[in-house]
Amino acid sequence: MAQTVFAPWTDPDQKPIIEFRNVTKTFGEFTAIHDLSLNIYEREFFALLGPSGCGKTTMMRMLAGFETISSGHIFLSGQDIGAIPPNKRPVNMMFQSYALFPHLSVWENIAFGLKRESRDRDQIAARVEEMLRLTRLTKFAKRKPHQISGGQRQRVALARSLAKAPKLLLLDEPLGALDRKLREETQFELMDIQEKTGTTFVIVTHDQEEAMTVASRIAVMDEGHLVQVATPAEIYEAPNSVYVADFIGDVNILQGRATPQGDGVSIDWAEGQPPIRAATDTTFSPGQACHFAVRPEKVTIDVERPDRPNTFRGKVIDIAYLGNISTYHVELAGGHRMKAQMVNARRLANRQITWEDEVWVGFTDTAGVVLEE
Amino acid sequence: MRRFVLIAVPYLWLLALFLVPFLIVLKISLSDVALARPPYMPQLDLTQGLDGLLTFFSDLDFENFVFLSTDSLYWQAYLSSLQIAVVSTLLTLCVGYPIAYGMARAPREWRPTLLMLVILPFWTSFLIRVYSWMGILSTEGVLNQVLLFLGVIDTPLQIMNTKTAVYIGIVYTYLPFMILPIYSALEKLDESLLEAAEDLGCSRMEAFWLITWPLSRNGIIAGCFLVFIPAIGEFVIPSLLGGSDTLMIGKVLWEEFFSNRDWPVASAVAVILLLILIIPIVLFQRNEQKQREAEG
Ligand SMILES: Nc1ncnc2c1ncn2[C@@H]1O[C@H](COP(=O)(O)OP(=O)(O)OP(=O)(O)O)[C@@H](O)[C@H]1O
Ligand SMILES: [Mg+2]
Repeated sequence: MAQTVFAPWTDPDQKPIIEFRNVTKTFGEFTAIHDLSLNIYEREFFALLGPSGCGKTTMMRMLAGFETISSGHIFLSGQDIGAIPPNKRPVNMMFQSYALFPHLSVWENIAFGLKRESRDRDQIAARVEEMLRLTRLTKFAKRKPHQISGGQRQRVALARSLAKAPKLLLLDEPLGALDRKLREETQFELMDIQEKTGTTFVIVTHDQEEAMTVASRIAVMDEGHLVQVATPAEIYEAPNSVYVADFIGDVNILQGRATPQGDGVSIDWAEGQPPIRAATDTTFSPGQACHFAVRPEKVTIDVERPDRPNTFRGKVIDIAYLGNISTYHVELAGGHRMKAQMVNARRLANRQITWEDEVWVGFTDTAGVVLEE
Repeated sequence: MRRFVLIAVPYLWLLALFLVPFLIVLKISLSDVALARPPYMPQLDLTQGLDGLLTFFSDLDFENFVFLSTDSLYWQAYLSSLQIAVVSTLLTLCVGYPIAYGMARAPREWRPTLLMLVILPFWTSFLIRVYSWMGILSTEGVLNQVLLFLGVIDTPLQIMNTKTAVYIGIVYTYLPFMILPIYSALEKLDESLLEAAEDLGCSRMEAFWLITWPLSRNGIIAGCFLVFIPAIGEFVIPSLLGGSDTLMIGKVLWEEFFSNRDWPVASAVAVILLLILIIPIVLFQRNEQKQREAEG
């Protein structure tokens, strides 16, 4: 059976589960969210990514009902939720600080939301047991939050927010406090849980790698605006602006002037250097200022001049050894620098390129993206 | 050795300021009244050696305690003190909790000022403050004047010299002891816990009863003991604001000592009061310790 690709945002017949329509949020004089519109679809794992203070938490708090909307509307399954208090929304939030109730045991913390729904006891117990099993906490059911580890606490917070089977689960930097290994494990656990429960997740994170790993789509934010909303691959391979290209991953950004040529452009970018030839769908007027962004792993480094559309001569000034890969910092004639990445297929001693070597860097015409000013 | 000294210091302190006076009072309570100075018998005379010690101990008896149990006045005084202490503790809680809650929810920069205001009354003498309540509550007092002027009442209210005046006095005097521990418990409460509770389907009211109240419980317990323990032996407030019908054990104690000059009976009253108080004091200590363990 061929697996259908999960991409409801490409289907115009799909109704979004969440719709932000021209939402603005101000705190006094300060505008935290500017006229923002966004659709999130059912079963999505949606990541909000952006630098500190860009308004991620504010978006979550508006969804959960802890902040009023200054203007605009938020719809949840077609219903305007602006006037609905937090306790009446089918939305649960996992707090950045976990906010576990310190006087209640793990079991009671998870049961807390269920008890508010006046379900019968056996049902509650069954649901709590299920959540404990899902988050592998069965052994700790009787402990108080201060008697378990940080990672376990975080799982309790997750179990508590999942217990009511909300339509929408909000996770505000859920993994911020965990060490790298535990974080990676938990990321996969989260994806697994999302798959099993079919809940729509909105996750806030600082960590772009985390967003790339878990999300179906990523929204990159900057000062209360959405800069780009797209799948991780699109965000990475086809950023729509220098801001996004620079924010996600490592990148070489070159500034220049574009001249249309064939089905692409030729970019004059530095005195004494040949122009860059790049394919692009955007039409540029002759001499228009532009940026060219190319990821280091798409740039090759060779001793002999390679047969590629773009090649530049330079000298290795630094090598960052990262185990599986190495990043070479190459200084081109004229002082420009370019990063090139290579997989370390050979052991250290056998590698031929080293500091101060004269080398060639090169990339194809489809390796990078041309961005308008 | 150093540890021993460190532990010994508080114990020596307790010994000098609590145990020794208690033993003296206990001894007086076992003695008989006498027209002498001090007004009780026997006196310990160490010059007579072992014989003197033996006669001294053989002269001590439980007469006074037997007397206390036969005269209903004392029982009633204990019971009435207990009742007044319980009622005024609950009243203080009802007044103090909202104040502490409001303080803990006030903007951060206001809180030191509010705390200051709570403690401010301690800067004037306790007696002066109780006397000024007489000025407020008496039939010609400020309160009656205002109410008469506003036409709320036609004849002055008789508040002075009633139990009501005693309750007002105790609640007023001990309010800071209730507010401070509750405030310190509420101030530590993390706001996001209440948001989490609401997020999980609680109304504001439910969130208060399920989260705020239990998490301030230790403060409530501490505050109640801090009010209840001194209130039960209170003497100044009932004698200045209360009437002849407000029977409190502190007043009885005072009269036995200074009007009747019956030191042994007065001491017996004091010993029993202490025994009654030991139970809440031990409970209070236990609460404090539990709290420290929970925090540590
Ligand atoms: N209650 C408030 N009053 C005034 N300004 C606020 C308030 N809450 C947030 N802000 C401001 O709104 C902006 C967005 O805040 P928000 O908490 O949403 O940032 P964030 O993207 O979550 O940042 P971080 O990654 O550091 O958590 C910030 O500049 C912040 O100072
Ligand atoms: Mg935040």
